[in-house]
Amino acid sequence: MDNHTILEMQSITKEFPGVKALDNVSLSVTAGEIHAICGENGAGKSTLMKVLSGVYPHGTYNGRIVFQGQEVQFKDIRSSEAAGIVIIHQELALIPELSIAENIFLGNEPTRFGVIDWDRVNASTQELLARVGLNEDPITKIKDIGVGKQQLVEIAKALSKSVKLLILDEPTAALNESDSQHLLDLMSGLRSKGISCIMISHKLNEIEQIADSITIIRDGKAIETLHVKNDGVDEDRIIRGMVGRSLESRFPEHTPDIGEVFFEVRNWTVAHPRVADRLVCKNASFTVKRGEVVGFAGLMGAGRTELARSIFGRSYGNFKSGQIFKDGKEIHLRNVPQAIDHGLAYVTEDRKSLGLNLLDDIKSTTVAANLKKITNGLVVDEDQEFLVADEYRRTLRTKTPSVNEGVSKLSGGNQQKVVLAKWMFTDPDLLILDEPTRGIDVGAKFEIYGIIQRLANQGKGVIVISSELPELLGLSDRIYTIFEGAITGELKRGDADQENLMKLMTASRKTA
Amino acid sequence: MTSLKQLFGGDTRQFGMIFALIALVVFFQIMTGGKTLTPTNMMNLFNGNSYILILAIGMVLVIIAGHIDLSVGSVAAFAGIVVAVVMRDWNLPWYMGVVVGLLLGALIGAWQGFWVAYVGIPAFIVTLAGMLLFRGFNQYVGQSTTVPVPQEFRYLGAGYLPEVGPVTGYNNLTVLLGLALCGAVIYLEMRKRRRFEKVGAQPPAQWVSIVKIGLLCAAILYATYLFATGNRGTSFPVPGLILGVLVIIYAFVSSKTIVGRHVYAVGGNRHAAELTGVQSKKVDFLVLMNMSILAALAGMIFVGRSTASGPFDGVGWELDAIAAVFIGGAAVTGGVGTVVGSIIGGLVMAVLNNGLQLLGIGADMTQIIKGLVLLVAVAFDVYNKSQGKRSITGLLMKNFGNQAKPEVPTDTKKVISHDATVS
Repeated sequence: MDNHTILEMQSITKEFPGVKALDNVSLSVTAGEIHAICGENGAGKSTLMKVLSGVYPHGTYNGRIVFQGQEVQFKDIRSSEAAGIVIIHQELALIPELSIAENIFLGNEPTRFGVIDWDRVNASTQELLARVGLNEDPITKIKDIGVGKQQLVEIAKALSKSVKLLILDEPTAALNESDSQHLLDLMSGLRSKGISCIMISHKLNEIEQIADSITIIRDGKAIETLHVKNDGVDEDRIIRGMVGRSLESRFPEHTPDIGEVFFEVRNWTVAHPRVADRLVCKNASFTVKRGEVVGFAGLMGAGRTELARSIFGRSYGNFKSGQIFKDGKEIHLRNVPQAIDHGLAYVTEDRKSLGLNLLDDIKSTTVAANLKKITNGLVVDEDQEFLVADEYRRTLRTKTPSVNEGVSKLSGGNQQKVVLAKWMFTDPDLLILDEPTRGIDVGAKFEIYGIIQRLANQGKGVIVISSELPELLGLSDRIYTIFEGAITGELKRGDADQENLMKLMTASRKTA
Repeated sequence: MTSLKQLFGGDTRQFGMIFALIALVVFFQIMTGGKTLTPTNMMNLFNGNSYILILAIGMVLVIIAGHIDLSVGSVAAFAGIVVAVVMRDWNLPWYMGVVVGLLLGALIGAWQGFWVAYVGIPAFIVTLAGMLLFRGFNQYVGQSTTVPVPQEFRYLGAGYLPEVGPVTGYNNLTVLLGLALCGAVIYLEMRKRRRFEKVGAQPPAQWVSIVKIGLLCAAILYATYLFATGNRGTSFPVPGLILGVLVIIYAFVSSKTIVGRHVYAVGGNRHAAELTGVQSKKVDFLVLMNMSILAALAGMIFVGRSTASGPFDGVGWELDAIAAVFIGGAAVTGGVGTVVGSIIGGLVMAVLNNGLQLLGIGADMTQIIKGLVLLVAVAFDVYNKSQGKRSITGLLMKNFGNQAKPEVPTDTKKVISHDATVS
């Protein structure tokens, strides 16, 4: 590996009204390396990348950026892309109704006599897709391929712009294990071809696996830069840098107090909402005991969310057959209000588009699922609303000046606390938490785990769906595995480890 | 800012509109040499715009829920002609005519709500179809002619509060109404201050409340004076009274009841609302049905005012109502807007119309000016939002009430060590 520096960011300071988002941060990236940036949510990682890619144009920050030996002053994303810096955001910027090829060359279409040269577009796309290892027809529409493949299309798009420095913001956040692995392999492939990568990620195991060096940012300051090979970096070392001390345990201490089975689903079968003959849940049966945390492990698209949402008042898919029993009696949950009335709560995996009304404030979000409880006659009691929300703010330690603030102003972890508060206020017997810690930093994760355990201690049943196996292993008293809509295994705490879970998650019942 | 916010229940945009409204009134008062704030002109203004404002009440709910209703003018016209015809041909008394009109509105609303909520056709299409359909029905039922309505029915659109009690030189009912409103303003403000104490929060400074009560009561008393001292036989107009009652009811329903919360929730994020237990289809159905009922009411008031129902009643009303709602601070994408804001937006348009007419400016220029006002009002708001800044009025008002502090960055270290020691 040659050792010349491709990017040097010197003493970057960026202030927002009242907040210093970046304080004298310097970052240096060597040509042909993968450089990870770690830090909690709100530490300033994304701000730094926005400075680098020209989202915050030159003049709105202090400090110098030297790229390939020259000082650069980007006005906007276009000018940074022209220099060879491409950023791929967590929320992918692809147009679902356009084809892969159209998306890759959008805004950059090769023309012949002023007309788009489709033969060239498709041929070049084929070539680019081969480079990222994606075997799809260039005319396939984006909406018809999965998130993992969409991520690869984004990278192909970056390659089409002759990228020299690729910035990936949480590239594997929405990917399952095998897609993540493919992406990481692709990144090392790019590295060997001399393309540098900056990668922002919360997944420390991936960083440990792939990064050459790591810069840790905390509270807007660059704390340290570690060289993975020389410094002998492991996950604990990174966490220590991020929070300033090591975590003895990533899960709070907890002694489960498990009671009787109170919730049971039998032979649950649900069809896809649009494709009638495709079953998203096949004959699934499971039980939950009081005070128990039950994990559901499965790859993305295995049917975990579909199972949860179809149980939660048939809010997904077309119900085919199956029974739900609660406290020994069969219950029928035909819509969401019925599910709530029967003591179910479902916290979605997609906080922004399914979990929150971002126009709303904290207090009205907190009471939204149980307005009846604070309504006298016709009137929603706004004093009660405030007091209830404020109580949850204190017990869950939501970081906000007041519950009158809009939820859109909160960080991911605090938004998740508000969502949890909303469901805790319905006083449910069974909470279904779908990816409860996605996009949340380490410290807030720890707090969310604590809340989950407290809920279980109150005698509630908690179902946790998660793509992160260590999280499931650390949290669950029992884990079910799902593969293609069917439950393929059930493991008790102690019997489960990443390996046997992964086997059950990828194999059908017959071969397991 | 917070206190004004609580008073008008909206965002900075609404304060802007209130100031714009006051500025407009003052401007026209000066330009017309005092012809704007006269009893007769104010009564005309209310009588001539109450039906648009009533439509705006329904329209803002439709728009908050993320839809639009283009059919209101035609629905109003259809309801108007049906009421006029049944009163003429079946000899129904005026109140039965009103009942028939409201029921017809509910029926039409159910029809449109059905297509939008349960078939899933965008409201734009359904109500565009409705616009054609009900205009056609109006002309079919009335055979494209004008049908007069009986004298009692005209009271609905052009009547005034009667003279009762001792002769004081003022209209007694209007005076009482004004005083009652002042009382309500004072009571509500006191109650709000007590509420602050109840939740353990610092109420805004006392002078804020006093200034607020003072300003509002002064405005109400001045309006009372204007309406109570008009020509003999005139006073506060009946359509204005109907409008006032509707504003109070709908402002209450939209902000204080579960149904109201659900309308905002559906408009803000439909999927999230559904997963929270809101039955979004029911909400869609209700807001569209409600809109048509109010449209029918507006149609009847208009018929009462113009003494007859005609084939071209209500043409273009939908656009006036929609403009009022957007000037009043609603968002095209749904989830945002208030009843009071829309009324203010509607009044801005009404005062503009009226003032330009008094100045003798032609219909051509009036249209141009109104178009520009709509565009500028919304552009101003969009620009401010995209810049993440307060609006100018927001800046002016920022010394009122408490300012929000910036969010404190998460100090995870402390939290973790705290949790570690607790557990």
